[in-house]
Amino acid sequence: MMSAGNSLPLGIYVHIPFCDAKCPYCDFYSMRGSEERMDAYTDALVSSLKQWSQTLRRPADTLYFGGGTPSLLGARRLARILRAAREDFFLEQAEITVEANPSREMDELFSSLAQSGVNRLSIGLQSANEEELRLLGRRHTAAQALDAVRAAQRAGIRNISLDLMIGIAGQTCDSLRRSIDFCAQLEVTHLSAYLLKIEEGTAYAKRREELCLPNEDEAADWYLMACEEMKRAGYEQYEISNFAKPGFQSRHNLKYWHCEEYLGIGPAAHSFVDGRRFFYPRSLRSFLSGEPPVQDGTGGDAEEYAMLCLRLCEGLTEQGYRSRFGRPIPQQYRRWAQPFCRAGLVVCDDTGIRLTPRGFLVSNALLASLL
Amino acid sequence: MAVSRDKIRNFSIIAHIDHGKSTLADRILEQTKSVSLRDMENQLLDDMDLERERGITIKAHAVSLVYHAKDGQDYIFNLIDTPGHVDFNYEVSRSLAACEGAVLIVDASQGIEAQTLANTYLAVDAGLEIVPVINKIDLPSADPDKVCAEIEDVIGIPAQDAPRVSAKTGVNIGEVMERIVRDIPAPDGDESAPLKALIFDSYYDAYKGVIVYIRLKDGQVRPGDTIRMMATGAEFTVVEVGYKRATGFEPADVLSAGQVGYLAASIKAVREARVGDTVTLADNPAEEPLPGYRPAQPMVFCGIYPADGARYGDLRDALEKLQLNDAALSFEPETSAALGFGFRCGFLGLLHMEIIQERLEREYSLDLVTTAPSVVYHITKTSGEMVAIDNPTNYPDPAEIKYAEEPITNAHIYAPSDYVGNIMELCQERRGVFKDMKYIDTDRVDIHYELPLNEIIYDFFDALKSRTRGYASFDYELCGYAKSNLVKLDIMLNGEVVDALSFIIHADKAYPRARKMAEKLAEKIPRQLFEVPIQACIGGRIIARETVRALRKDVLAKCYGGDITRKKKLLEKQKEGKKRMRQLGTVEVPQEAFMSVLKLDE
Repeated sequence: MMSAGNSLPLGIYVHIPFCDAKCPYCDFYSMRGSEERMDAYTDALVSSLKQWSQTLRRPADTLYFGGGTPSLLGARRLARILRAAREDFFLEQAEITVEANPSREMDELFSSLAQSGVNRLSIGLQSANEEELRLLGRRHTAAQALDAVRAAQRAGIRNISLDLMIGIAGQTCDSLRRSIDFCAQLEVTHLSAYLLKIEEGTAYAKRREELCLPNEDEAADWYLMACEEMKRAGYEQYEISNFAKPGFQSRHNLKYWHCEEYLGIGPAAHSFVDGRRFFYPRSLRSFLSGEPPVQDGTGGDAEEYAMLCLRLCEGLTEQGYRSRFGRPIPQQYRRWAQPFCRAGLVVCDDTGIRLTPRGFLVSNALLASLL
Repeated sequence: MAVSRDKIRNFSIIAHIDHGKSTLADRILEQTKSVSLRDMENQLLDDMDLERERGITIKAHAVSLVYHAKDGQDYIFNLIDTPGHVDFNYEVSRSLAACEGAVLIVDASQGIEAQTLANTYLAVDAGLEIVPVINKIDLPSADPDKVCAEIEDVIGIPAQDAPRVSAKTGVNIGEVMERIVRDIPAPDGDESAPLKALIFDSYYDAYKGVIVYIRLKDGQVRPGDTIRMMATGAEFTVVEVGYKRATGFEPADVLSAGQVGYLAASIKAVREARVGDTVTLADNPAEEPLPGYRPAQPMVFCGIYPADGARYGDLRDALEKLQLNDAALSFEPETSAALGFGFRCGFLGLLHMEIIQERLEREYSLDLVTTAPSVVYHITKTSGEMVAIDNPTNYPDPAEIKYAEEPITNAHIYAPSDYVGNIMELCQERRGVFKDMKYIDTDRVDIHYELPLNEIIYDFFDALKSRTRGYASFDYELCGYAKSNLVKLDIMLNGEVVDALSFIIHADKAYPRARKMAEKLAEKIPRQLFEVPIQACIGGRIIARETVRALRKDVLAKCYGGDITRKKKLLEKQKEGKKRMRQLGTVEVPQEAFMSVLKLDE
């Protein structure tokens, strides 16, 4: 089996595990960040980047600050990490993304970030409806999100993504449509729209019953409506939950779905490097003390490749499969697809196999029957 | 134990479930000091776990005890315990044939129940001396006078001086012991005549081979003798004879006419030493066997499949092992398109079936999928040929059927007269034909119906209990075959017939049952990638339809931060879940769906 090739540029993911509070639906690794803790963490990230660059000696062409709330770290620390990453991994022509939550006075932060080379922002809007935001436990208003987008645009960052959620408490088909309109009005370049999933162990899971969430059919209908609505507004779907204006697909996230290699730094961050998958434990302390990541076996086999590519609208392409594995897509995959094609969940033609939006909605069940 | 024959008492105990048979047996063991108190475990005779849990005796047991009577003499009590369920009527009759008397226990608060009466009639027919005993006189609701009158009225034996006891507290047990000595006749028989010994029980022992429990009517048997089973013709050399004590086996030099004991002869399976068969000596055989032998005749059949197809071999081994000990269990390989490889198994009745299933699951750790039980139908084809059908799969094309017949039972239901209405309603629903109704006393009745066997094998007893608040008791015996308007009902999933769900049913019952089955399946089959139509049909005609709507949403919306492992694990889990499903064409059906349609009245 061929690996992705050790000379291709990596993606780098930097996890910032700090939030000012925990959203009740979120199960990502995060905690409150004091100044001292954030300084110590920045030090640890910088030295980790250095170490990895010496081991890997590979350039990177995407850098993604995810969280948590990376914007909480502040412009100064983010700039420091960015400088280190640039020294170690070159970041030539790189896409550099920072996730941010709307709050007051974003101008200064965004101009500093722009000066440091950040060229993409992903802003957690979730909804343009105040009541829905409140029920989600978000601590910002739609107006603040609007201000944040304007501030980013003023700072010269043109590539902006907004996050939306589908199937949340208080939502209606109409309010979801209005949230999409809100984003389109702002002329952002990218939208991510996630169907709410109640994760075990979150505050939401505990009060699942009282949340009055839409049922399976409603949520599914809303998703399909949202896909249509975003398309109408010029956002072409390219992944289950991702939509972009032409040329603005997330280069970093596409690496995951194309089964390309990336290095993830920080607690709970996952990596796929030199054909191996590994991750750092979900513990800030462990990361600060320099503990090595946990090995998680090899990655990138045909099954995994198919599983990831089928998240994309382009799907599993003959071209992509052949250039990676040197042979056409196995017949068994095509045979598998046949009954689902008839049901309108999958499309299978000369160029490859791909899921329709209705297929995306049941992709777990589809993939479980394929793999 | 060279005791003269006139000091032997061979008897069994007849009682309804819960009327205290096992407790009385325990007290008798105590009185004869057969078991030290330390070894005394409640209900010692019921040594299978299942028996203890269900409070019923499944296998017959025998034990020899020494009782020191008030006349100063030692007597040998051979207590032959009998199964207490209608499925095991034949076994009961053979146990009774080994006795001269029977102790009839009646609950002082509940009176005579259907099974008590059925077994008592068996005992009276076998010419046994009946010793009535009124038990549970310690209960506040006890009414011994009334129960005595009932025994005299219904059974027609004197009961005014019946011992009134509490097996639980031990009150008056001594009197029962003396009655056994006084009233039950000693066995007769001719020691010098050719050997005639009745097999009333047998079970497989890993060390000795089959242990055969026998009652010698004539002659003697010793180790070294060559014996012949008169029904099967099989011959064996006796290795050991002896008595079964409460604490274990006691080998002896010889067993003689009138005695009860065991023999071991390196017999490999109980089917070679069948209950009811007569043991004789090969070189000096009896002219005639003892009367009453009947090969075990399964009445209820179902398919048993391993949930995990890979365990087919284990299931076969387990069934073989159970069969070593259970001549009434039959099985042969069967293949189902839906369930794969399994076995068509035959049972004496529904309880027997449940017991076997439970033992397979418990003792052999097998996960099973079973199909709906079926009785044996007689189908006469237009060609004049008659076929016996115990499997819906083999049901002939309706065009070839001249007429169909189904087994009919004589059923007696005993209950307080308040419930007559409910019971008659139930029996009518089950296509019963009313025969007559007798008042046992002022407020209890014996309702006699002819009921088709296939109406009582599913859940009749449960329904009866729930409609009579548990007060009714029930007994039946097969009385023949009657013409019936039968149809084969098929279930189709996504347009394909699922053979494991087909069954044979009376035409009048087909519609409601079809509807219920379709509803139940729709409830149990999870939404899948396609809409799944569930159709019930007779021939090509669809008589009920439900739809499992297609799955709409099952997606990991966020696959972020490169955490591929999580997604993979999720898919692995989903794949694991599929293993518990049966793939029927494109439809995945959980194992439990097959089971749920067997219990539609819940």
